[in-house]
Amino acid sequence: MTREEVFEKLNEVFRDVFDDEDIKVAESTNADDIEDWDSLSHINLVVAVEKEFGIKFSMGETQKMKNVGEMVDIILERTK
Amino acid sequence: MSELEYPFDGAYLLKKRKSIKRELLARIEQLEQSGTKILTKKIAVLGGSTTHDIKDILELFLLNYGIKPEFYESEYAQYWNDIMFDNAELSEFKPDIIFIHTSTRNITSFPTVRDSAESINAMLDNQFSHFEQMWSKAFETYKCPIVQNNFEQPFYRLLGNRDVWDFHGRCNFVSRLNQRFYEYAQIRENFYINDIDYMASCYGLQKWADPFYWHMYKYALCVDAIPEFAYNLANIIKSIYGKNKKAIVCDLDNTLWGGIVGDDGAENIEIGQETSVGQLYSEFQTYLKAHKDLGVLLTVDSKNDEENALAGLNRPDSILKPDDFIVVKANWDPKDLNLVETAKELNIGNDALVFIDDNPAEREIVRAQVGGVAVPEMSAPERYINVLDRSGFFEVTAFSADDLSRNEMYKANVERAKQEASFADYGEYLKSLEMKAEIKPFAPIYMSRIAQLTNKSNQFNLTTLRCTQADIERVAADGNYITLYGKLEDKFGDNGVVSVVFGHIDESEKILFHIDLWLMSCRVLKRDMEFAMMDSLSAECKSRGIKKIRGYYYPTSKNKMVKDFYALHGFARVSEDADGNAIWERKIEDYENKNKVIEVNK
Repeated sequence: MTREEVFEKLNEVFRDVFDDEDIKVAESTNADDIEDWDSLSHINLVVAVEKEFGIKFSMGETQKMKNVGEMVDIILERTK
Repeated sequence: MSELEYPFDGAYLLKKRKSIKRELLARIEQLEQSGTKILTKKIAVLGGSTTHDIKDILELFLLNYGIKPEFYESEYAQYWNDIMFDNAELSEFKPDIIFIHTSTRNITSFPTVRDSAESINAMLDNQFSHFEQMWSKAFETYKCPIVQNNFEQPFYRLLGNRDVWDFHGRCNFVSRLNQRFYEYAQIRENFYINDIDYMASCYGLQKWADPFYWHMYKYALCVDAIPEFAYNLANIIKSIYGKNKKAIVCDLDNTLWGGIVGDDGAENIEIGQETSVGQLYSEFQTYLKAHKDLGVLLTVDSKNDEENALAGLNRPDSILKPDDFIVVKANWDPKDLNLVETAKELNIGNDALVFIDDNPAEREIVRAQVGGVAVPEMSAPERYINVLDRSGFFEVTAFSADDLSRNEMYKANVERAKQEASFADYGEYLKSLEMKAEIKPFAPIYMSRIAQLTNKSNQFNLTTLRCTQADIERVAADGNYITLYGKLEDKFGDNGVVSVVFGHIDESEKILFHIDLWLMSCRVLKRDMEFAMMDSLSAECKSRGIKKIRGYYYPTSKNKMVKDFYALHGFARVSEDADGNAIWERKIEDYENKNKVIEVNK
C-alpha cells in the first residue's frame, strides 16, 4: 500500500466516524483540527482504523501518535 | 433497521453510529407525525468504568425498538456515589430506569491463599452489601427498575484449575458473588441482571476482558464487544417496556423438518433420532415448543396442502404436534397474506410476530410487505436456535402464571368462536359461557401481570399509560387511588387478569374522580367485561363519596376501537382538542349497573 492509498482509506474512516463528508486529513492533522475529535471519539476512531487495516495498535503506539502522519507511519510499518 | 438485527456487524455500528442515529431519529419523527406514540425513557447509566460508547450504541438499539432514550451518564466510576450521596443532577433527571455498569474490575478485594474461610466469607458479605446498600437506596429514592450487571469471570487464574472450586480462588469468589446477586434478584421485583458473565463467555473471555481496553481507556470490556453488550441490555429494557414479540409464525419444509413433505411424503422427511439432520430439527422443535410455556404463541404459515402439512406434524417422532399451533395456515396463498390474517385472528399487531422461514425469497417478501414483523436470518438449520435465542425477541423480564397458560387461553377462544356461531342471540351466547369475574383492588400476586398488561395492551386502552411494576405498586398503596383488576373465567377456561383500571381522587375537588388508565385485553372483547368493571368502579366511587367521574381518551394509531367507549357508558363529552384528545364526564348518582351476564366476586 502506498502512503496515498492509506490516506485515501483513512479519509473514509474519518468521514464515517465523525459523520462529516468534507473531512480531508493531512500529515499534520490532529485532534485540534477536527471539532468532534475528543478523547472519547478517539477510541472509536482508533478501533475503526484498526478494523479498516486489519491491525491492532499497541498501547505504546496508541499513546505516541501525535497526528495522522504518525498514524500512517505505523499503519505502513504494520501492513508491510 | 436490518443493520441492528442480530447477527449484526458490530464494527460497522461502532463506526457509523452517527449516521445510523440520524436515520433512526428521522424515522421516529416520521412515525410521530403519523400519530404513533413513541415511548420516551430516561435512562441513568451509572458506571464503574467508561460508558461512553455503551450509551451511544445502546441508544441505536433502543431507537430501533421504538424507544427514545434520554440519558444521564455518571462521571467516571461514580455509580455508587451518585446514588448514595444523592447526586443533584441525577435527582433532577428522575430516571425511569437505572443501569449499573459494574464488572469484575469493580470488585475491591479478592481472597488470597493466606485468607481463612471465615475472612473470605466476611469479604464476600462486604462486597455484596456494598451493592445491596446502593440498590436499596436507589429503589427508595427513584422507585424505578434497576438493571445490574453480574460479574464476568476473572481473566486470569492464579490457582489454575483449582481457582474455580477452591474458596481461595478468584473465579470461585466471583461465582459466589454472582450467586448472591441472583438470590437478590429472586426476591426483589423490578431488579434485573444483565448477564455479562454469559455474554463474555459467548464472546470469548480473553478478548472480552482484554486488559488493553481497561488500562488504555478504562473500559471493562473490549470496545469491539460493546455492540453485543448493548444489544443484550437493550433487550432487557425493551422487554420491561412491553416490546417483546408475542408469536412465532413458522414455515414447515426445511424449517421445522428436513425435506419437502409434499414431494418426499411424510414418511421421508427428516425429523426424529434416525439421522443427524433429523436430530438437529428435533432439537429445534423442542426449543420452539418450550416457548409455549413462556406464553409465546406458535402458528404455521406454509406453502403446502393442509393435509400434507398435518401429516408431517402428526408423525409420531415430531416433537411439535398440530395441537401446539393456535393457527395453521397451510395453503398456496402468499405468505405475507397468511401472516397478516394470522395476526388478525390472534388479535395482535403485525409487529408482535416473528416469521421464521429458511427460504430467503419468502423472508424478503414478508419483510417488504409487512411492516414491523421480525424476520431473522434463518439460513443454516444448525444456526436456527442460536439466531432466535440471541435475537432476544422474547426476553423474559416478567413471568406470570398467565404466560404458562396463554396457549390454552387462545385455544379456548377458538372454541368460543365455534359456540358463538351456534347461538342466534348474542346475549344467550354470553349467558351460556357461564362467566365468573373477580374484580378487586390490585393484589400483590397480580402486580407483575398488571404491569405487563399496561405495557402490552394497545387496542382497548383509553390512555395508553405505560407503567412499570414499581408504578403499579405505588398507586396500589396510595389511598387517593382506586385500583381494580378484573379476572374472567368461563366454562372453557380461565382467561386470567384481563382488565386493569385505576384513577385518583382530585386533589382539591374531593367529589371528582379521574380515570388514569382503563384497559382490557382483546382476548375478552364483547364479553361485557367492561360493563362489569364500570359497575364495580362506580360502586367503589359511590362508597367513597365521589359524585363525578372524569374519563380521558388519548388517540393513538391503535386504539380507535375505544374512541366512543365513554359515550357507551353514559358519559358526556366535555372537550376534545384538534388531535382528538377527549375528556368525558358522568355523574354517579344515576348510574345503573349494566352487566347482566357475568357473576362478579361470588
